[in-house]
Amino acid sequence: MEFPEDLKYTKQHEWARPADGRVTVGITDYAQDSLGELVYVELPEVGSEVSKEDTFGVVESVKAVSDLFAPVSGSVVEVNTALVESPEMLNSDPYGDGWLIVVDPSDVAELDDMMDAKEYADFVEAEKKG
Amino acid sequence: MTLKRTPLHERHLSLGGRMVEFGGWDMPVQYAGIIAEHTACRTAAAIFDVSHMGEVGFTGPGALAAIQRLSTNDAAKLVDGRVQYAALCLESGGVVDDITVYRRGPENYFYVVNASNAEKDLAWIRKNVAGEVTVEDLSAATALIAVQGPKAPGIVQRAADRDILDLPRYWFRDGVVACKAGKVQVTFSRTGYTGEDGFEVACPAEAAPAVWDRLLEIGGPEGLVPAGLGARDTLRLEAKMCLYGHELDEKTTPLEAALGWAVALDSPGKGDFLGRDALLRQKAAGLERRLVGLEMAGAGIARQDYPILAGGKRAGMVTSGTKSPTLGKAIALGYVATEFSKVGTRVAVEIRGREVPAMVVRTPFYRAPTPG
Repeated sequence: MEFPEDLKYTKQHEWARPADGRVTVGITDYAQDSLGELVYVELPEVGSEVSKEDTFGVVESVKAVSDLFAPVSGSVVEVNTALVESPEMLNSDPYGDGWLIVVDPSDVAELDDMMDAKEYADFVEAEKKG
Repeated sequence: MTLKRTPLHERHLSLGGRMVEFGGWDMPVQYAGIIAEHTACRTAAAIFDVSHMGEVGFTGPGALAAIQRLSTNDAAKLVDGRVQYAALCLESGGVVDDITVYRRGPENYFYVVNASNAEKDLAWIRKNVAGEVTVEDLSAATALIAVQGPKAPGIVQRAADRDILDLPRYWFRDGVVACKAGKVQVTFSRTGYTGEDGFEVACPAEAAPAVWDRLLEIGGPEGLVPAGLGARDTLRLEAKMCLYGHELDEKTTPLEAALGWAVALDSPGKGDFLGRDALLRQKAAGLERRLVGLEMAGAGIARQDYPILAGGKRAGMVTSGTKSPTLGKAIALGYVATEFSKVGTRVAVEIRGREVPAMVVRTPFYRAPTPG
């Protein structure tokens, strides 16, 4: 299972990639593997506001619905609409084509609370052991 | 609580099964993936461990009379080797469980019951049973393996020591599967829970791994794959088969669930049974709600407990829903007030505060070309 070094991670298994003052958000490899084949995605509109740790959408497998939690607060500037037609990209490429939204963050310091790749890998190991 | 394990638990682990709790059992929800397993069952064949289901034996001169009083269908219509679907009902008409009734002989019957209800059923049966009959819990001693799909009959036939392809749907026959470790006495039952043709193979618990291995060895080259509870659920939903805890519970009657065909209210050979008075009254008064199939017309997947709306008002509730792997559409089962139950009625499902349009459609959602 892969957790890229350049990303920050949440306990709800989202990742955040800061670049050029904006933050791209997705779900981790562990999240997509645990959820199984994803068949439906619901994402916010461009221009809507998201708040750190609040739900901003859902992903659904054939079996279950899972909330998506925002890793940072801010306004949504881009949405991956291709996922509506091809939610399976969340499974096949969670850190690439499976990105969810891009946020213009209101407070970049919120990223400091997140885990780095090493901390997240340890967190996942602990969660697996239950 | 320690989860119970079927005799095939080791096989699930070695095949990479993702284990989850179901009805107190540690069971595989999937191996390779729910959609792949679902598709294999529709196009080739899938093998399921359903050993967690319970079996209850009834023997003695009073066996038939006891069964006639306990379950809703007319067991007098059974002959040796026949299977029948039925419900166990409370005096209120609410469903204790949905079951299959097998007749081995005039004084020898057994029920196959849901895993999650097995203990409750047994207590309920023992409380309500009367007459010269011995009730025996056969669950721990019995393993059950389902092989389902268009290629399933051929695969199971090649494992069998005698002809079984002549068995019609809902008939069973005892036989033998020759495994590496020796011959195993089994029961081949032309039944299932997927909407496909196939068999359920019952065998002694200790022989289950050998039978499982043999079936996979024969079927593997033809595309037989192990499938978990996830695919079992999507398959049964497409085939509009009820799942206890979703479409059925103690507050729902079999008439509301469109299972009237398994309730012998007027059968001359049947007589009284538990729940009959309440069901007769409900039938006379007319049903207030009915189980229907829904297809979503807008974006979103209906799930259990989501409200069904008609004209902006509450009209019912979803009991099961998914995105159908075979049809590629979001489908659901749910109860609606009778006035909204006609095929073609436009309703809506409330999904996270939004009203998403849906329509009452004909069921089953999917019918196999060679139906099971």
